[in-house]
Amino acid sequence: MNWTDHLPALLLAVPLLGAFVTPLVSLGGKMLRNTLLVVTTFVTLVIAFLLWKDVLVSGTAVYVMGEKVFNLTMPSGMKLPVRIILEADAFSAFMALCGAIASFAGALFSLNYMEGFSGMKRYVSLYCLLTVGMLGMTITGDLFNFFVFIEIASIASFGLIAFWRDKAEAVEASFKYTLVSQVASMVLLLAFGALYGKYNALNIAAIGSLLKFGFMEKIVLVFIVASLACKCGAFPMHMWLPDSYAEAPSGVSCLLVAVSQASLYGLVRVCFSLYGVTMGASFIPWVVILLGLASMFFGVTMAVVQHDIKRLMGYHSVSQVGYMLLGFGVGMLVLSDAKGMADYGFAAIQGGVFHMFNYTMYKALLFLAAGSLYYTTGKRDLNDMGGLARKMPYTTFMFVIAAAAIAGLPPFNGFVSKLLIYESSFAVHPSLAAIALISSVLTLASFVKVFQTAFLGPEQNAFLSVREVPSGMLAGMGVLTVVILAVSLFPSITMSYFVEPASKALVDQAGYIGAIMGGGM
Amino acid sequence: MKPLSLIVRTGCNLFAWFMLVFGVNVVVHGYASPGGGFQGGAIVATFIAFLLVSYGGEKIHSWVNEKIYDLILEETGLLLFITLAFMGLPTSFFYNFFTIPWEAYQQTGRLFPQGTTAIMSIAVGIEVAGALSMVILSMFKGIRLVSDRQIEEEPGHDR
Repeated sequence: MNWTDHLPALLLAVPLLGAFVTPLVSLGGKMLRNTLLVVTTFVTLVIAFLLWKDVLVSGTAVYVMGEKVFNLTMPSGMKLPVRIILEADAFSAFMALCGAIASFAGALFSLNYMEGFSGMKRYVSLYCLLTVGMLGMTITGDLFNFFVFIEIASIASFGLIAFWRDKAEAVEASFKYTLVSQVASMVLLLAFGALYGKYNALNIAAIGSLLKFGFMEKIVLVFIVASLACKCGAFPMHMWLPDSYAEAPSGVSCLLVAVSQASLYGLVRVCFSLYGVTMGASFIPWVVILLGLASMFFGVTMAVVQHDIKRLMGYHSVSQVGYMLLGFGVGMLVLSDAKGMADYGFAAIQGGVFHMFNYTMYKALLFLAAGSLYYTTGKRDLNDMGGLARKMPYTTFMFVIAAAAIAGLPPFNGFVSKLLIYESSFAVHPSLAAIALISSVLTLASFVKVFQTAFLGPEQNAFLSVREVPSGMLAGMGVLTVVILAVSLFPSITMSYFVEPASKALVDQAGYIGAIMGGGM
Repeated sequence: MKPLSLIVRTGCNLFAWFMLVFGVNVVVHGYASPGGGFQGGAIVATFIAFLLVSYGGEKIHSWVNEKIYDLILEETGLLLFITLAFMGLPTSFFYNFFTIPWEAYQQTGRLFPQGTTAIMSIAVGIEVAGALSMVILSMFKGIRLVSDRQIEEEPGHDR
């Protein structure tokens, strides 16, 4: 048996092992603990990459925990799969890779950033657990396990957001997030329970093959969309997001971005692979589109007036999630219409998928850059900063790349995905594209503001002793910069090898169900 | 928290140990009977809650070495669990590699402890006992922090 068959399990097992051995390794000192954090996240990244490569070559990877044969999903005589099943198709592997990159970058950044603080063994342990939760959400094939992983991720993030427990704001942000996210989780659990009660199955593929769209399924879909939209920070449920992103240590904010994308992944997975064409009527797609429009417009209008650099970026997260919701909403709208799908629906989904990746990369980089400013100046208020470009040239360079990417300036990666979303939403109604464009312009405006106030201008006396951040932090930001530049400079390769297989896998409901229900062997 | 009366303390002296034994019993038989690792571990953790309520916080903190719960119990449980999961790996992650074959059950009519499941249940029990005891102790410490109005400052913020 080939060891690469075990990649889906190892993707979760390695960071979990890292989280479990942290207290023991921490006895050996700081150096050992830091090495553990970097090695664990790096190995996870390698596994995620190998899994993605494996999935592209040999199709959807299925893994049955504890079975005699790792891919025996339906032992003879069974009508439904019963064991814990991991299912990684091209889209799951894509999301896992994206999350693993963010996790590795955040870990590198945290080494120097968190140096002066106590309780680092808990930080490392929770950081690995948050990675497990995020990766688990992306590759699980089972609704209840999705709930379990979302809870692992939530509980780890409660602890990490409140990590600076001597700051009252951090504890408040964590408490707010706890309340909101627990309500969302319970709604999600109710929805999954309703599906289990009716179909006696929890596997996404199994329910997908049985699903008849009735009244109960409608309610379940509304519950799932509402709760997962809350988890990923869509507009009316976004109030936890700026607080928690701003108050968490920057390395954690970087990973929280990936976690919110994993929630969005869950939403999209349920809509496309569980419901698929049976969703039929245009109600839910329009709800998703309207959520997206509201998020992107109100998110960005709240962002432009912020002074606090991390809160500003938090509101931009709300706005950016709107683009993906718009793209996926347009895709859902024409899911059952082959002509519309070929004309613009698939492009919209590609735009959404690509934007998920781009957003994770540049937003993580922006949070790390904001963390660097906080590290050197001790301030988060833009009004107190200025003239830092001379002092911190590398940080400035990486910040400019990330800011250009989020604003959608060509040739950066944000431009490609935004263009796909504009074009396809224009085909549904021009006003959708218009709102998206206005939001993009406002995004550019607010990042010009950040760049101008923090980096340009005369040197300030208060910052005479400011130096460039330590190499660990630069390395963390460098990882993300390299990924952004690579994706930006080779857009056609990225689209055909990276985004298109993922989008195809997302649309291909029969393929997702067949990988589990088709007998397995 | 002040110590309770002599009657309560004597009652605690008698029953806390039975509670512990009962909890361990639930953990050990968890693989095939009601209860299991988590429930048994929670019962074991009530031991510390018993002591805390009857003897008061000051005394407990002088008795208890938190490392026993934090490091020894939790780490043993967690590492035992994940090691067992990894040991199934040549076949599959979490594979039950020393299960007793079905034929043995048919011959003897006895349900044997099913391999790794039973050990994992014990691992979960150890972990939960340690973790819940830590939760009780930390929550109690938290109350004292608020009442004393002393919040520790992180050294990292003063740069």
